[in-house]
Amino acid sequence: MTAVGVAERLTGLVGALRAHGLRIGTGETVDAAQAMEALGFADRELLREGLAATLLHGTAQRPVFDPVFDLYFPRGVGAPQGQPTNREDLRDRLAAALTANDRAQMGQLAAEAVDGFGGYGNSPTSDGWSSHQTLEWLRPQTLLARVRTSIRAQGGNAGFTDRLLEDEIRQRIEGFRRQVAAEARRRVAERRGRDEIARRAVAPTADRVDFLFAGRAQLAELRRAVQPLARKLATRLAARRRRASRGTIDLRRTLRGSLSTGGVPMRPVLRRRRPVRPELVLLCDVSGSVSGFSDFTMLLVQALHDQFSKVRVFAFVNRLDEVTPLLTHGTADPEGLGTRIRDEATLTGWHGSSDYGVALGEFAERYGDAVGPRTTVFVLGDARTNMSDPNLPAVRHIAQRARRVYWLNPEQRSQWGTGDSAAPDYAELVEMHECRNAQQLSALVGRLLPI
Amino acid sequence: MFRSVDEVAARLAEAGYLASPAVATTVFLADRLGKPLLVEGPAGVGKTELAKAVAEVAGARLVRLQCYEGVDESRALYEWNHAKQLLRISAGRDESWDETRTDIFSEEFLLPRPLLTAIRGDDPKVLLIDETDKADVEVEGLLLEILSDFQVTVPELGTITATRRPFVVLTSNASRELSEALRRRCLFLHIGFPDEELERRIVRLKVPGLSQALAESVVRVVGALREMELRKVPSVAETIDWARTLLALGADTLDETVVRDTLGVLLKHQDDILRAAAKLDLDAV
Ligand SMILES: Nc1ncnc2c1ncn2[C@@H]1O[C@H](COP(=O)(O)OP(=O)(O)OP(=O)(O)O)[C@@H](O)[C@H]1O
Ligand SMILES: [Mg+2]
Repeated sequence: MTAVGVAERLTGLVGALRAHGLRIGTGETVDAAQAMEALGFADRELLREGLAATLLHGTAQRPVFDPVFDLYFPRGVGAPQGQPTNREDLRDRLAAALTANDRAQMGQLAAEAVDGFGGYGNSPTSDGWSSHQTLEWLRPQTLLARVRTSIRAQGGNAGFTDRLLEDEIRQRIEGFRRQVAAEARRRVAERRGRDEIARRAVAPTADRVDFLFAGRAQLAELRRAVQPLARKLATRLAARRRRASRGTIDLRRTLRGSLSTGGVPMRPVLRRRRPVRPELVLLCDVSGSVSGFSDFTMLLVQALHDQFSKVRVFAFVNRLDEVTPLLTHGTADPEGLGTRIRDEATLTGWHGSSDYGVALGEFAERYGDAVGPRTTVFVLGDARTNMSDPNLPAVRHIAQRARRVYWLNPEQRSQWGTGDSAAPDYAELVEMHECRNAQQLSALVGRLLPI
Repeated sequence: MFRSVDEVAARLAEAGYLASPAVATTVFLADRLGKPLLVEGPAGVGKTELAKAVAEVAGARLVRLQCYEGVDESRALYEWNHAKQLLRISAGRDESWDETRTDIFSEEFLLPRPLLTAIRGDDPKVLLIDETDKADVEVEGLLLEILSDFQVTVPELGTITATRRPFVVLTSNASRELSEALRRRCLFLHIGFPDEELERRIVRLKVPGLSQALAESVVRVVGALREMELRKVPSVAETIDWARTLLALGADTLDETVVRDTLGVLLKHQDDILRAAAKLDLDAV
């Protein structure tokens, strides 16, 4: 690469990362350039690590960095070397590579597969390379049994660890699928320009994925982030608590203490906070459209439960039921939580869609005593009432009894009030916040949770 | 200090640390660019160990500041030796108060703490600021100052500037988000769980008597546990502990009984143990 080419590559990479919300200053870019000079271009993986070390500031940024790096510093240019292959030959070689767990060979095969079978269209403006098409055609998942047999045949896998084998092979196949996706992106970028592909075709960091559009894998990733996030928030709450207890001087105790110094208040006595912690009530819409959001938030609150003297959680679709016990036992099986709640609690009456009015009314009526002057209530949901009565008096009633009521809405603010959304009506009675992704949620929770 | 990334890896290995390409590359760059290295990652993946190994390789003294909630300037930077000052004052030589004061605020009465120690003197040093996330935000401000200028101002003595900058390693478990400003000063390195091959080599290095075959099984089981949704998945430290336990028990292969009986070495929560036992098809624990 020429010096100009290199500089251009680097600024392109930095621009794409910035477009994904990574804050990268000039200082880091200069460091990255020095890293490139010190490392050279002979080993692409070292270059990758060097640029990551200089440009990134946190672990969560890495899943965005890697695919963007792959576009700006691609493994190769153009189509792979070698003769075009047929499907069976490719599957044979893939089975062998999976058996040997040979990542480099799998990468080579991914390139061949995309080249041979991933192309579509026949005009320069509309054609491209599709990983989906490649994988549909190659169907690597159907190699599982074959790979298992050949690993067993090689021996060395008898005994206890044999039970791990299937999952391990699945992970290898999953890795191959990712290689195919990366290769398809690389080929498309060659045609359409990498700047555009880097912005459009690279998924955002998990904490910026919209709850409403998150896929299964992304939700699983979010669930894994619950414990670390909870720890982070717990320290933030502790800091807020410390700050709140600092500074307020207990006048009475200061004067009493001053008797020994002849009435001169030498040592101010700081007021100790009452040790009682606040109470929390969660009302969660768990209907299909917003369940990803509710499940995540419930897990997060459960992980934070020792910050509060009491946490009660209620779930609803169009009927409402308490699910606190399910949640207490739910931490051991987070991915099953949503299903269990929907199986074991009574959440629907004679139809299956959300009805905020009925559910909120049921809460006010049956569980009114769950809310008192020390309680902060969070309502989670999109406020889409399916055209039924929003039951504003019930919300007003809850708001009067509680210390605070917050409503977290996973919909974009601009959507509030469109169609059957009663969001603006509710927002007049209680403080409503847009909460579209984990990043917004953790900021809100850190700020709004009572201490 | 190093000519190439390979040399970093080779010399760290001699010091008993097996570096992944990411670790070796970042250590190489931290040395080349003269920047502090911020190492983040789960507990027990060798963050602290890395700093120790770098010190050994560099023939440098390791100066360690262990952070905890409540650590302050007098623990991190310096403190006056009040007891000694009082003794000196009451010894009351024949001199004016001004003379006494000049004397008791001299180097002799200064107790240097790690941050000051690390920038004084000409010998090579590695400054390890361990578990930075445990310290309060105020200490972060202090670190920021020192890592920017490598100088410390002691009002009574003047400014002390490093004649030789230490190699700085900060570690964090990310229990608290470190400030953006501090991150910007540093090269960033995430150490995650090693890949299978590397972990096997670590286990065999740290637990010499273990057979190749058992090391492989151990690492595979640990890998499977890390794929489960557990409260706390086992780290490298636990893998090593488990391997040691198996060796002590004289086990030469894994079977249901031995795994079931020793799962507690890998997993610390009872519900994790139950869950893992079920997923691994062990009979009731
Ligand atoms: N790459 C490695 N090479 C050699 N030993 C390693 C490696 N990684 C981890 N270890 C071993 O793992 C154990 C744990 O390492 P260490 O205490 O440094 O972890 P840590 O990341 O600092 O954990 P914590 O966050 O709990 O402080 C040590 O016994 C160390 O020797
Ligand atoms: Mg440590």
